[in-house]
Amino acid sequence: MPRPIPPNPTETHTVEFQFQFDWQAAINSIPYLAKGIPYTLMISFGGLAIGFVLGIVFGLLSINKSRALRWPATAYIEIFRGTPILVQVLFIFYGLPDLIGGPIDPLTAGIAAIALNSGAYISEVVRGGVQSIDKGQTEAGLSLGLSRPQTFWTIIWPQAFRRMIPPLGNQAIVSIKDTSLFSVIGVGELVRQGQVYIANTFTAFEVYFVVALMYLAITLSLSLILRLLERRGVASA
Amino acid sequence: MTQIVKMKGMNKYFGKLHVLKNIDLTVEQGEVVVIIGASGSGKSTLIRCVNGLEEFESGTLEVDNHPLAPRGGNQKNLAEIRKEVGMVFQQFNLFPHLTVKNNITLAPTRVKRTAQVVANATADRLLERVGIGSQADKYPSQLSGGQQQRVAIARALAMEPRLMLFDEPTSALDPEMIGEVLDVMRELAKEGMTMMVVTHEMGFAREVADRVIYIHEGQIVEEGKPDDVFDNPQNERTQAFLSRVLAH
Repeated sequence: MPRPIPPNPTETHTVEFQFQFDWQAAINSIPYLAKGIPYTLMISFGGLAIGFVLGIVFGLLSINKSRALRWPATAYIEIFRGTPILVQVLFIFYGLPDLIGGPIDPLTAGIAAIALNSGAYISEVVRGGVQSIDKGQTEAGLSLGLSRPQTFWTIIWPQAFRRMIPPLGNQAIVSIKDTSLFSVIGVGELVRQGQVYIANTFTAFEVYFVVALMYLAITLSLSLILRLLERRGVASA
Repeated sequence: MTQIVKMKGMNKYFGKLHVLKNIDLTVEQGEVVVIIGASGSGKSTLIRCVNGLEEFESGTLEVDNHPLAPRGGNQKNLAEIRKEVGMVFQQFNLFPHLTVKNNITLAPTRVKRTAQVVANATADRLLERVGIGSQADKYPSQLSGGQQQRVAIARALAMEPRLMLFDEPTSALDPEMIGEVLDVMRELAKEGMTMMVVTHEMGFAREVADRVIYIHEGQIVEEGKPDDVFDNPQNERTQAFLSRVLAH
């Protein structure tokens, strides 16, 4: 019986790792994945638009003189900043129907979650922006005979808003990425589309790569727009 | 003569700190009253009470026959008073997001509902008057400190005030720019504007004031014609203060 030849210790053994990025698979996935983009955008920007309104309302309430108005704002901000957005969306989608006695569609649940969550963060952005404006600006407005609301909306708010643009942009990017979590409630957004596609093709690497690029395309465009907005603002400030 | 400002037994506290003590003061129409005193003496607080930027705790205050209530009282006259009283601040407090012209037209168009074209014309005239007619479309940050303060004066004048308050208008300026702001104020005084001026510019006080008031720790301890106060102060606090500020 011939003895097996012992491996030559001088010979190097390479483990053949036969992975190759399958460009074709990546390209093929694009049309299917792209169907998720409108949902991602709808949830992000629909939610952010409502979140912005919530942020202005609760942000301004949180710096109101009246304690009775301040505390509900503070409670809202602390609750939605202090709990995970995943829990929030699960609560809205699975929990709330028990309360209101009817189902909530996943798109609505997603928009609501982004709105409530970003609203809490934007409240803090609004508060910080308004408080950063020198008290002398308010005094100058009042001394000229402007009412408090006039002073706020014509003098304080425009200056505060300009300062709020960078943190608002930051929040928009965070919220866009947060929508990826909503695959758990079955909204056909980007990640969900990816998961469904992979289930049929087993091309996880390529598909998630494309998904990542699509997020990047959205967030980079937003960054670019914000930078232009800021530059335009600087010229007159 | 008409009394524009009437203060009687006015007291003001910041928490427990008694910053204005039993102030009695009247300002006649057309009078220029300069208020001097050490920092922290309450002189700025005193003029800030006149347009309600500070509330007082007790006593009475009337501005152009509109009574202003102490803290917690009915402030229904405040809006009317602020329309009639202009104020110039140490830090200018121009609106950085608005052009010079829009700084000036904002209040007339919003408060008095003056038409924009009319307000623009007034702004041009006022800028000419304070010597910076060519800067109307610039932003405040593009102007020097002295120019900014002159815009601030024009902005206050655009509301056609019956009384102008100046809260250390030259204290934040580089020395070479103090003169141009004082010139505008001097001009204003000459035209008969009623003015209350808090300042450390003793030369200006002596030259322009009809009456000088010295405040020490929230109390008016001396008041009179500038020559009397500066050359022959009666109160030893005033003597000490003046010897300190006039020594250099």
